[in-house]
Amino acid sequence: MEVIEDSRDLSRSDVILKGALAAGAVYGTFMVGPYVRKALAMSGDSDVDILNFALTLEYLESTFYDEAKTRAKASGELKSLIGLLADDEKQHVEALTATIEKLGGKPVAEPKFDFPYSDTAGFLKLAQTFEDTGVSAYNGAGPLIKSKEVLGAAGSIVQVEARHAAAIRLQNSEEPAPEAFDPSLDEAQVLKAVEPFVA
Amino acid sequence: MPESKQREKAEAPAGNAVARAVKDPVSRRKFMALTGGSAAAAAFLAACGSDSGTTTTTAAKSGGGGETEQFGKGDVGILNYALTLEYLETAFYADVVKSGLFVGADLATIRKFGEEEAEHVSALTAAVKQLGGKPAPEPETEFPLESAKSVLELAGTVENLGAAAYLGQAGNIESPEVLASALAIHSVEGRHAAALNTLLGLSITPDGAFAKPATAKEVLKSVEPFIVS
Repeated sequence: MEVIEDSRDLSRSDVILKGALAAGAVYGTFMVGPYVRKALAMSGDSDVDILNFALTLEYLESTFYDEAKTRAKASGELKSLIGLLADDEKQHVEALTATIEKLGGKPVAEPKFDFPYSDTAGFLKLAQTFEDTGVSAYNGAGPLIKSKEVLGAAGSIVQVEARHAAAIRLQNSEEPAPEAFDPSLDEAQVLKAVEPFVA
Repeated sequence: MPESKQREKAEAPAGNAVARAVKDPVSRRKFMALTGGSAAAAAFLAACGSDSGTTTTTAAKSGGGGETEQFGKGDVGILNYALTLEYLETAFYADVVKSGLFVGADLATIRKFGEEEAEHVSALTAAVKQLGGKPAPEPETEFPLESAKSVLELAGTVENLGAAAYLGQAGNIESPEVLASALAIHSVEGRHAAALNTLLGLSITPDGAFAKPATAKEVLKSVEPFIVS
């Protein structure tokens, strides 16, 4: 199944990155050298490009949670959490769209999505993947952002994504913060991870 | 702006101990009101029609490199400032583990968070050295550890503060590699904060859809009561 293969790829790159971080700690280098350089090699991207990349992810999350209000068959605490997540992601979409326009760019069109799940557990599994991927995507893009203002704004979003990720992980009875350093992903890795959900 | 039930929880229990602890004395909300958000966050907030009235100053201007200069110049100063906060968090969790106030799953979570803070200490120390700087000394700390509830409240306050502290410095960091590393830590602090807020029955996102930064000045003032020397 496509979805599973892709999430495997994602976890593999996570493992590689964690390995790099661990190696960095051992050798006292700290910085995630080759991976940051790899990301920086893509620094031809303008801030508008990066914001449009983020907007695509936020469209995905926004649509996902909006649908989940009825599709996830949630009740109680989870139901109100889904409401909060849907509201936050919608605000991220609106803010990114406005910022892209302010910078003179053209916001990307909203893709059509297809989320393969049929119950609460399936929803939660996908939610965890999306939130963790979102954190890694913003963290990977952060050092490429040229404007300090755009960086500050992206930072204020990524922290919220991390908070979402922790809350969803608790719902899945998983560690809210599995690693001391959140891995970062580059644009190609992120697009590969979300590709299966774009209809 | 419609607020979800989840978020209302953070505002509702005005009379209870949780709300009091979060407001005082290390109140993130209080100093956020004083410091305001970054200019970019202000633009974002304006874009989504937030009624937040705390967006008049800019973190970039008021929380610039000058604020961390007591810890060293440029990125070294920022890293040493972060190191001081991570030392504080590590010491706090170590004291909590020793206190015997927690058992089972809660203890495991506290231990895990403490281990992660210790990893941040090691990484930041190495980074300062790599930049040719001298790592900040470990401060001597003392925390009020009266009950499991008050300790969890303090943990939540400290983690929310830590996340805001990193966010406040993001725009001041010069080296892309240092920034990448700071971002990798920042989101983990955000995860810790949300997990603790969940345990406390508070909103996971007390600032709403856009987290607010804190300046070094306000963060240092907030942690002052816990630093003995």
